[in-house]
Amino acid sequence: MVIKLENLTKIFQPGDAPAVDNLTLEVDEGDTCVLVGPSGCGKTTTMKMVNRLIEPTDGKIYVENEDVSKKNPIQLRLNIGYVIQEIGLFPHMSIAENIATVPRELRWPKQKIQERVDELLSMVGLDPELFRNRRPSDLSGGQRQRIGVARALSADPPLMLMDEPFGALDPITRSYLQNEFLRIQEKIKKTIIFVTHDIDEAIKMGTKIAIMREGKLVQYATPDELLSAPADEFVVNLIGGNYSIKRLHLIRVEEILKEPFTVSPEDSLDEAKEVMEKSQLELVLAVNGEKHLEGLVTPSSLRKEGERVGDVMDTPDLTVDSGATLNDALSVMLTNGEGYALVVGDENRLQGVVTLNAIMEALQDNEK
Amino acid sequence: MELLYSMGHYFMLAASSNPQEGEPWFFEPFFAYLVRRWDRILVMTLEHFELILVATAIAIAIGVTVGVIISYYEPIAYPVINVTQVLMTIPSIAMIAMLIPLFGIGFNNGVAALVLYMLLPLVRNTYTGIREIEPAVLESAKGMGMSELRVLTKIKLPLALPVIMAGIRVAVVLGVGIGAIAAYIGAGGLGSLIFNGIERVNYPMIWTGAIFISIIAIVLDLILGWGEKRLYRY
Ligand SMILES: Nc1ncnc2c1ncn2[C@@H]1O[C@H](COP(=O)(O)OP(=O)(O)O)[C@@H](O)[C@H]1O
Ligand SMILES: [Mg+2]
Repeated sequence: MVIKLENLTKIFQPGDAPAVDNLTLEVDEGDTCVLVGPSGCGKTTTMKMVNRLIEPTDGKIYVENEDVSKKNPIQLRLNIGYVIQEIGLFPHMSIAENIATVPRELRWPKQKIQERVDELLSMVGLDPELFRNRRPSDLSGGQRQRIGVARALSADPPLMLMDEPFGALDPITRSYLQNEFLRIQEKIKKTIIFVTHDIDEAIKMGTKIAIMREGKLVQYATPDELLSAPADEFVVNLIGGNYSIKRLHLIRVEEILKEPFTVSPEDSLDEAKEVMEKSQLELVLAVNGEKHLEGLVTPSSLRKEGERVGDVMDTPDLTVDSGATLNDALSVMLTNGEGYALVVGDENRLQGVVTLNAIMEALQDNEK
Repeated sequence: MELLYSMGHYFMLAASSNPQEGEPWFFEPFFAYLVRRWDRILVMTLEHFELILVATAIAIAIGVTVGVIISYYEPIAYPVINVTQVLMTIPSIAMIAMLIPLFGIGFNNGVAALVLYMLLPLVRNTYTGIREIEPAVLESAKGMGMSELRVLTKIKLPLALPVIMAGIRVAVVLGVGIGAIAAYIGAGGLGSLIFNGIERVNYPMIWTGAIFISIIAIVLDLILGWGEKRLYRY
């Protein structure tokens, strides 16, 4: 779903400075285009013109080469997922009814709607049995925002508009939901217009970043290009100093994974000691046949009494999920005072280990 | 208010006519009257209910519609609410008299007067109920592709319902009292007992009218209050 904005301009009151000023931009199929800039620079206005919640003063918007001003706004919106910061869940409806909003407007059969609701709840990591019949007021902020995302995805629209979707959440929940969304996006490959005022979030979520200032487009580039070649002083200031630190948001743990040393919980302690000797990190992980992470074996656990690895292993706590960035991994390491983090995917499946050294190497490579 | 006036009036009459020492002046004649005329009282109670029910139904239909309309046309909202407010300040006898050219005397006139009095709480509560909905809820509904009619029926009215219900409750209780005055032009109901009682200086008759009107008001208020609480508050 390709989106083209052509010379888009919005003037709310005649005589006022334009909220969006002659903006031209193209978003490719499957890309996440992040609109970023200071508050009031016209991000929300730009986004709302795409689904015609606001009509442009001038200029055109094409979705898949069709001029949106010629489309029926209701039909247009039913095909565009829409998520806002305040979420706007319907308080008088259950979670299931909330998610079913668009399918109901599209008159899907009941059975199909129910299946879709459960599928989406699972996708956003909420147990359908537990959550289906709850009310929005019973949910935490993070859970509500997941429902907001699930609701927007319900009829599987090819295009998503997201206006500061994680803006109201605390930093930990925000980073968690960002990672989760990145993982979902990897599977569903939507074309996304994502609004934020947080440059770190833009670098993390975007495949392309559009920097806006007073309604004008300042730079449109990939996160990498942006960090290595900021267009002007304004962009430099927006990015702030510390490019290496910014890069932590850009690189994902998957890119620098190391193969971990593993044993099975059934193995004997002697076998574990042998593996331990090969491990420079003095870290061995216990996984079962399906690579589910079961436990953590350190030299101190091997000194405990017991016969099998399963008897002495510790609970693995330094985990990040596979969509996480180096920044997430580093923050786990710093919080726990350890030089490694374990990367797990769906169903707690061990994917590898990230080490402090690997992070430093990655940043140096990236500088060049 | 009218109810209070008529009851206060009775107290004054009762006080001034100062019954003889030792002579029963309240309970005995009152219960004797109840027992003697229970069939007439029952009919009048039903008439009273009918008057209120018909008026409430019409007032809800008009009041909610007007409330919805002014929620779409902001500039006329307060002027319209002010008009309904002015209607409410007209003394009920005057209102009934003014409606005679349009509705004659009798039941219809009573209903029309009640409807006009009931408009304010219904229009105002429908309007505020809709206005108080979180803007994000309406924006997300619209942004996902619900038409304005669907937003109104599936989001706005259900969310405003508890506030509208509170308006209905006020309207009904208001109507029970004013309904008594409507008996003056022959609209029937328990008010007739009060007016006839005053005419004939028959205290048990006045008491019966006043007490039964109060009971209806209290019972309807309790029922509607219970219904209101059962509505989910978000
Ligand atoms: N409905 C509106 N009426 C008038 N001015 C508006 C309206 N919406 C936004 N604006 C103005 O347009 C500018 C851009 O707003 P907005 O797109 O919301 O910015 P951002 O989302 O980047 O914070 C601001 O100056 C804002 O005051
Ligand atoms: Mg905004």
